[in-house]
Amino acid sequence: MTVEAAELSAVGIHEVALALGDDCLVLSHRLAEWTAHAPELEEEVALANLALDLLGQARSLLTLAGETEGRGRDEDQLAYWRDDREFRNLLLVEQPNGDFAVTMTRQLFFSTYQELLYARMAAGTEPRLAAIAAKGVMEARYHLEHSRLWVQRLGGGTEESHRRMQRALELLWPYTHELFEASPPWVRAADVGALPPPTAIEEPWRHSIEALLAASQLEIPDFRAWQSGGRQGRHSEHLGHLLAEMQHLHRSHPNATW
Amino acid sequence: MPPGRDLAQRLAADVPDPELPFLTLGDLGILRRVEVDLEGTVRVVLTPTYSGCPAVSHMAKEVRRTLMDAGFHSVQVDTELSPAWSTDRLGPNARAKLEAMEIAPPPPPAAAPVALTLKCPHCGSLRTRELSHFGSTACKSLWRCQNCSEPFEHFKALR
Repeated sequence: MTVEAAELSAVGIHEVALALGDDCLVLSHRLAEWTAHAPELEEEVALANLALDLLGQARSLLTLAGETEGRGRDEDQLAYWRDDREFRNLLLVEQPNGDFAVTMTRQLFFSTYQELLYARMAAGTEPRLAAIAAKGVMEARYHLEHSRLWVQRLGGGTEESHRRMQRALELLWPYTHELFEASPPWVRAADVGALPPPTAIEEPWRHSIEALLAASQLEIPDFRAWQSGGRQGRHSEHLGHLLAEMQHLHRSHPNATW
Repeated sequence: MPPGRDLAQRLAADVPDPELPFLTLGDLGILRRVEVDLEGTVRVVLTPTYSGCPAVSHMAKEVRRTLMDAGFHSVQVDTELSPAWSTDRLGPNARAKLEAMEIAPPPPPAAAPVALTLKCPHCGSLRTRELSHFGSTACKSLWRCQNCSEPFEHFKALR
């Protein structure tokens, strides 16, 4: 006789919260790198705002990951005292900012994914994950609107902006398959209705991106050499450098306060 | 009901927002509830506007200080995400106060989720356009009036 688990175990919640929290933390740090380097003042403010929303979501998710882990670790310990192999974020979010087209393409891919995922997670069976998603989905929607406007403007803009947008799509496309990879934690969470199955958001993601690119005179890259491994802790060389900078202060001065 | 709950509720509701000091936590719908137990311990529950709103810890500190100053000996402030805050939770006074400070308020709950145009809070013209989706704080965006040429802030809709 098999007994179906009615709810997600603490370990299951920990794994999901850690993966999604790491996505937010790493992308937040990347966006913050634009501060003082953005092409115009309004956009600098915009990127910092996106970073702040994502950092807030990371804090909620990593706090939950710490509570369900049972080792007494809080958000800061998870953010600052793990090495790259222990991070579970998508490869997409750790990719360098590149030019503005690359940053906006990365944001478009991620926000489309996050909005679809959070909308379903908010209606899921795990109340603490659902609460974080219900809060985050409104922010994801706003980020999505922003990145869609830019992709459209750059795609249909000048010859140069179009060329850069198409190049950014080619550069980041290989990392999009990983968004829907059925990792064991995701499958466990989907089995009890805490998350949607990956296939349930893959289709709408593709439709949404394809329609936008078509309306922006951009082409879906023809590329299938997918890159993945982030959810298992196998990262590109970029994450180590990002963490070195992000964790430096905290590790040099443990428990320092302002 | 234990004595002091009404007082605690009123004091907490009147704490000003640090970024928009003409609005209170009550106006913004950030104050979720106030409980006082038989020992007189106050528990205040706040909900953040945005996940990353940096003002939340400051608000918690201010609520604590205000209640302690009023004689409550033990005050605990917690935050709760669910149900998620949206601009539909702004109190009835909030829109008028925003307008008085020349910040365009978000559309009322029944209106379309995204306003196609906003009324200029300086001259009242509807010939306005968005300069930036984002502004000086997480809750605002930046607009300009094409009639009087003045820029203005908008307390953006979040739903």
